[in-house]
Amino acid sequence: MPRTGTIVGVNGNHLAVEFAGAVTQNEVAYALLDTLRLKAEVVRVRGRRADLQVFEDSSGLRVGDPVEFTGELLSVELGPGLLGQLYEGLQNPLHALAERDGFFLRRGAVLPALDETRRWPFAPAVKPGTVVAAGDTLGTVPEGGFRHRIMLPFHLRGRWRIAEMATPGEFRVRDPIAVVHDDDGHELTLSLSFRWPVKQAIRLYRERLAPTDPLITQIRIIDSLFPVARGGTYCIPGPFGAGKTLLQQLTSRFAQADIVIIAACGERAGEVVETIRDFPRLTDPLTGRTLMERTIVVANTSSMPVAAREASVYTAVTMAEYYRQMGLHVLLLADSTSRWAQAMRERSGRLEEIPGEEAFPAYLESVIADFYERAGCVRLRDGRIGSLTIGGTISPAGGNFDEPVTRATLKAVGAFHALSRERADARCYPAVDPLESWSRYPGVIPADQLRHLRRLLTKAHEIGQMMKVVGEEGTPLADFILYLKGECFDAVYLQQNAFDPVDAATPAARQQCVFALLEDILGARFVLGSRDEAREFFQRLRLHVLELNRAPWESEAFAEQFRRVREFAAGQCEGEGASASVCPLRLALVETPLEAEIYRAPRIKPATKADLTMRPPDETDHP
Amino acid sequence: MRRITHNILQMTGNVIAVAATGVRAGELAVVAARRGESLAQVIRLERERVFLQVFAGTAGVSTGDEVRFLGRQMAVSVSDHLLGRVFDGKGAPRDHGPALQENLVPLNGPAVNPARRLKPTTMIHTGIPMIDVFNSLVESQKISIFTVAGEPYHELLARVALQARVDVILLGGMGLRYDDFLYLRDRLEAGGALGRAALFVHTAADPLVECLMAPDLALAVAEQFALAGRTVLVLLTDMTNFCDALKEMAISMEQVPSNRGYPGDLYSQLAARYEKAVAFEGAGSVTVLSVTTMPGNDVTHPVPDNTGYITEGQYYLYQGRIEPFGSLSRLKQQVNARTRDDHRALMDGMIRLYAAYQETLEKRAMGFSLSRWDEKLLNYGARFEQELMDLSVNIPLFDALDRGWTILADCFQPEEAGLRRDLMEKYWPARNQDHAAHQPEQD
Repeated sequence: MPRTGTIVGVNGNHLAVEFAGAVTQNEVAYALLDTLRLKAEVVRVRGRRADLQVFEDSSGLRVGDPVEFTGELLSVELGPGLLGQLYEGLQNPLHALAERDGFFLRRGAVLPALDETRRWPFAPAVKPGTVVAAGDTLGTVPEGGFRHRIMLPFHLRGRWRIAEMATPGEFRVRDPIAVVHDDDGHELTLSLSFRWPVKQAIRLYRERLAPTDPLITQIRIIDSLFPVARGGTYCIPGPFGAGKTLLQQLTSRFAQADIVIIAACGERAGEVVETIRDFPRLTDPLTGRTLMERTIVVANTSSMPVAAREASVYTAVTMAEYYRQMGLHVLLLADSTSRWAQAMRERSGRLEEIPGEEAFPAYLESVIADFYERAGCVRLRDGRIGSLTIGGTISPAGGNFDEPVTRATLKAVGAFHALSRERADARCYPAVDPLESWSRYPGVIPADQLRHLRRLLTKAHEIGQMMKVVGEEGTPLADFILYLKGECFDAVYLQQNAFDPVDAATPAARQQCVFALLEDILGARFVLGSRDEAREFFQRLRLHVLELNRAPWESEAFAEQFRRVREFAAGQCEGEGASASVCPLRLALVETPLEAEIYRAPRIKPATKADLTMRPPDETDHP
Repeated sequence: MRRITHNILQMTGNVIAVAATGVRAGELAVVAARRGESLAQVIRLERERVFLQVFAGTAGVSTGDEVRFLGRQMAVSVSDHLLGRVFDGKGAPRDHGPALQENLVPLNGPAVNPARRLKPTTMIHTGIPMIDVFNSLVESQKISIFTVAGEPYHELLARVALQARVDVILLGGMGLRYDDFLYLRDRLEAGGALGRAALFVHTAADPLVECLMAPDLALAVAEQFALAGRTVLVLLTDMTNFCDALKEMAISMEQVPSNRGYPGDLYSQLAARYEKAVAFEGAGSVTVLSVTTMPGNDVTHPVPDNTGYITEGQYYLYQGRIEPFGSLSRLKQQVNARTRDDHRALMDGMIRLYAAYQETLEKRAMGFSLSRWDEKLLNYGARFEQELMDLSVNIPLFDALDRGWTILADCFQPEEAGLRRDLMEKYWPARNQDHAAHQPEQD
């Protein structure tokens, strides 16, 4: 006998419902509109009145229409067959919906998330009599390139004894595979799948580990300068047109993760179409299978119902945690978290909550922090290690990072890839700003090697700024050369051509190799008589390295071009011809008088405790 | 169930509240006031109170006036009879023709399943080099003209509409000045395109609510035509007026504003319209070209800002020209590899040189000395602006590409242009012999 209620108010996609008996906060309910069942979630209870958010268009509902409560929190189904799927925000499979309903997403349409007819070859891993706990492996089925572990459902508490276990054979996701008993004599029949509420993190691991292994994205500026760790978090804020989505698409293709889950949250449908049309045709070089076989797409694009948009990121992260639980390395890409935050804002507005900054709800920060904290590298109970890395894009209003979503996210993540309008306008892709971005994770290039390079970039930028004021003729030649060195490194290493088959993805070893080469070259002291000569030299150097970038890794062409670059640079080097000594980069950095000046009197003094206490009180509010 | 009520409880702004039961969310009603009848739409239900948005406004409505519920949602008639016709923002004829009632299709229908969308592959030729060569327009694209008041954006819109080879043109006009409406209608007529066009025009003098519906009418019709296999181009102007109408409505409904008075769902509202652009698998397509006037030429204003995140690029029309910087077509990569082998390289090369020209301009303005290279760039920039950027230039894509090569050859030595060698050999015009260089043995 389902518990029911009656609609007493409709305001956009919010319903006011009067009920008898008990309702649970965040439980799922269905509003019945003629023959349609519109899914909704309880978002607030006041006395005998519950406020529900409908996940679809509410038009046509009347005061007096019935509502059915289910008692279940918003959940997703977890089991074999998730990989390669395209889901909407509430885990309805879109390909299957398209087959049944055609071009449009009908209201109230529901289909099972997992194919119920497909048969999976199941191999049991435990015998009857074994005592197991939630998350323990009962058996495996092959899925994509993995052995998908069938685990004791995560919501079961305490210890359960296996009473019956299926023999190896083919099963559908709903077929019984085992019967278990607990100490109190409860009996449960298990199948290949089970449900889990999306807003609850899965925490069935022994411990969380520090994220220290880099997650190779094959994007040089990320792996070398602003790395992401397995189990870490990062965000990519940027104005429109700066290439956030392209960067996410490249990451989803080339990142060295076992599984990639893409949450297309409130963005253009066309971008999802590219992924789902291209991925089945692209091969993952690591496994030799198609990229789609390691990918799940959760698409709640901008014209799909807003309320389900908020749910979509949770749907995605729950599936990601499920695969982490099998000891896999999972990468979740959320594009864009701003749309998710806006969905929260719309809901908050309808509930007439007291608004925070820019009308975002006051709980925005804690919700964002909670979400990113679901990432992590963990040691599971059987000693295996799994990780979940989360990368989210942010679409700040006006491209200005000083806004609530960016600020809240920056507190919650371990790496920050700031995309800049200037770089995008100058066609420098990826448009990650090398001076503004940061990362707290170790990458493929050792930290001390990086430090000098960062100095070079900062320096070159400063000289560039100065040159805008005093002109080239007012810039000393040594400074000008330093400037060209920075420019050159930017052009040949930080920028990457996403449309070149080789340059689009750079493996870690290749990054280390080319980085070392450039470090040597840019550290050298060159004999260049004039600015024009210098410009021409670096222009040619740049073309040589760009050609190197196009040569396939570990090929003859690469080795030859590598030699050519080195010889070309050495030919211009101070010293004896080709055997010229290359001096370390830090020497190059102090070779100019300007630099020496800065070393003597740093303009930006590191703040010390004494400094802070000496300042008048009104200036100390920015510690 | 009572379908007629005479009990208006409340009137604020365009919204009235009446006592009624059995009314559905989103349902239409007719408010019969002394000055005439007006459509109204149910926007909120609260027990026995029904809130309606009155399309013609509440001025002159009396608390005793009749409100009659129609039991249906807002819909538009879709058939070939629409073509050549002009309607207002609620779908009523503006041209003394008959009202259409057949084949009614509800507005704001469900979203298209992404699994049934196609990757766009067909370029729309416009004859405008700054679009065709540098930021190609693609079928099923949604793209906006970012501009400021006073710019010739309606001229541009009309030119694209007249030159694009599409089956149907739909215009959604929002808050148009009456003479702008006349201009667009007359241009389409003079160009012989009115016969394949339907216009849904809300002028600045019409009721505010109709401003919100004009684009929905055009897009609902577009979707149906596309499902029937036609190639449809939808022109929406001016989306900033649409957003301002949303703002006005939200404020009068006492919604908490998020940014400069605009409602928090501005993004979703805009996206719901723009995302109607689609290429259907096995049917036609909808392309949306809109106008967004930027208040104060500020791209960070909430309207252009939200639009930029939704559309697949923008054409920045400023001082009578489509600026190459600030303009972007996100879908050009899908088509410009297959037009002619030099298209992409020439586009990149010419833009790079034009950027260098801009730097030289700055240098000159700062009073720094100019090198010989700078002089060449100045010459190039002037030719580029005059022969390609000027809006009066109207040439097919291949001619525009050839003209690009000619300008390069007139201004630079081959190695200075920095283009790929194989393309240089194929396309670089020989001095004073113009097209002779197309023969490969000329090298």
